[in-house]
Amino acid sequence: MSGHSILQAAEAVVCRPWLRHILPPHDWSALARASVADGWTLLAHWADTHAAHALYFDPVALAAVPVSVPVEHGLYPALSPIYPGAAWYERMVHDLWGHEAASGADPRPWLDHGQWPLVAPLSVRPQTATEGDPPQPADVASDSLMLLQLGPVWGERQEVAALRLTLDGPFIRQAESRLGYSHKGALALMRGKSPRAAARFAARLSGDATVAHSLAFALATEAAADVQVPPRATALRVTMAEIERIAGHLDNLAEIAGLAGAESIRIRCGGLREVLARAAATAFGHRLMMDGVVPGGVAVDLTNDGAEVILRALGDISMQMSWLRQAQDGAALFVHLAGIGRAGTALAATLGVGGVAGRACGLGLDVRTVFVPGYAALSPRVAVRPDGDAAARQQLRIFEIEESIRLIGGALQSLPDGPISLPLPQVSGEGIACAESIRGDVWHWLQLDHGQIAAIFPRDPGWCLWPLAERVLENATVDDAALIRLSFGLPSSGPDL
Amino acid sequence: MRRPRWLQGPRLKAEPAEPADAEARALMAARMEAAAQARLGRSLALLHVNTGSCNGCELELRALSNVFYDLERFGLRFVDNPRQADVLLVTGPLTRNLTVALEQAWDATPDPKWVVAVGDCAVDGGVFKGSYAVVGGTGLCVPVDLTISGCPPSPGRILTGLRTLLEAHAGQGAPRSG
Repeated sequence: MSGHSILQAAEAVVCRPWLRHILPPHDWSALARASVADGWTLLAHWADTHAAHALYFDPVALAAVPVSVPVEHGLYPALSPIYPGAAWYERMVHDLWGHEAASGADPRPWLDHGQWPLVAPLSVRPQTATEGDPPQPADVASDSLMLLQLGPVWGERQEVAALRLTLDGPFIRQAESRLGYSHKGALALMRGKSPRAAARFAARLSGDATVAHSLAFALATEAAADVQVPPRATALRVTMAEIERIAGHLDNLAEIAGLAGAESIRIRCGGLREVLARAAATAFGHRLMMDGVVPGGVAVDLTNDGAEVILRALGDISMQMSWLRQAQDGAALFVHLAGIGRAGTALAATLGVGGVAGRACGLGLDVRTVFVPGYAALSPRVAVRPDGDAAARQQLRIFEIEESIRLIGGALQSLPDGPISLPLPQVSGEGIACAESIRGDVWHWLQLDHGQIAAIFPRDPGWCLWPLAERVLENATVDDAALIRLSFGLPSSGPDL
Repeated sequence: MRRPRWLQGPRLKAEPAEPADAEARALMAARMEAAAQARLGRSLALLHVNTGSCNGCELELRALSNVFYDLERFGLRFVDNPRQADVLLVTGPLTRNLTVALEQAWDATPDPKWVVAVGDCAVDGGVFKGSYAVVGGTGLCVPVDLTISGCPPSPGRILTGLRTLLEAHAGQGAPRSG
């Protein structure tokens, strides 16, 4: 039975721009199995107080497929026996809402490290926490292996996470990451607020994807309220999102070059990122353009010389690109990165990996080309590499910088006049939307109740990148571990919520 | 060589010098020591401790190493171990899940040590104040010496804060431009 025939039999509610089907438990499991056969991907899995939700992507119909199953007696059928990558989501659902995934692959806590004053803080009646034991890492297969415990304080000016590597000589036999350290309770803080007030938390889910998260949140709100923002706002959103992409890729190129000893690339990319951040500060009033994209439009218009300042900064970057491409493919760095951190296409597809990591191993999805408003007229080009290694990811980042420069040029050239935002009606509704962040597709689902956020879940690419990085690390040597982590650009704050 | 006629005679013989004034000598020694401390003692090792930041502050901390700010020219450098650190640079709203790690990092840092709270979240919890998962500012867990506000603070602002600490650390020496 195909996925769509299961859906046809089920009742559905409007979840703009799609339908969310509410499935009985056996159909929920049957759909998960059918989705594997149909070649769908599981994008996200979350819950609210009375149901568990899953978001699939159907690559043939180019559509997102949200489905739900009612939670009965605190239980719902687990997805992790079919999608191993869903285990983290199930542990998160249990920690936040208290629903248990029946016969789930891993019952250990995830976000809840035993430090919160409440148990299941998003449930209808959260209970006061009692003293509990912190979750234990998985058992080590053999006594002869060595354990290398990294984090949560790395001292690397990066995000916070813990990684436990089981070493056999120089080889990593097992990699287990532990997240949740930066769990700030964002979902509880967003609930019950107006979209404009909640947008501040969406903007702080992930600092270097602040525009992408703000954009996906704003688009989901606008879908739920069924409004369309003015064309000038859409063009400015594209500009901000692409500036963020260039800045983020430059930062990543600089960090990797620094770690790999390619000092000239580090210096140039770091300097160019600074030039762009200063241009963004001049044009939009903030170096990271945080809180720039808001539900209903954008919060700030370009300053009078804003477009000129941005184009000048992009000109500076353009001038360095041919040098950068040569230097990147030059002997030292390319040899260092080639073959390092190679991700398999099948594994990446199962985990729903997108972004640079997905495109570097042949998965071509870029949600800008399909779902994000404002891009169709600019026809963004998407590059794909088959190699899946760190070198391929670097080449794609360089390609995407050049492409984003072109997109910004196009957006600013035909910048429409008019208002930059509209007031949102105080309505009820439900919506899903996405944006392409520097690490891949960001999806936001939310429900509005008379103009206030009733329930929300933001899916950060970190949910699939960390499990991918774990598997990739397990075939690597310990000396390459830092480079592999950096090459995936692993985010913690986004998936930690 | 014969001395010129006008230099001859007992009246022009060098006399024994008075001993140096002990008080003045001590004063001078103190001044030289202070100057040397100001000139040469300008070095602080920074350890970044992320207590739940969104990565915005980290972006700007990383920017401190680009050519525009080049923080090493001021004798500031990042280390990755609390035992090598003079200063803990704390970012994030101090999530409950990281409180133990911050305490451990602080305990492992040798005295004398300083704590700098970088960004609105580390100053007082920022927008995450009041969440069940967040304690609040860094100061609720370890003593804070300097706060640098902003969401995130610009690299220039972070650098100014760190140089203030450096000047205070180096004594009362005149500020030196890079």
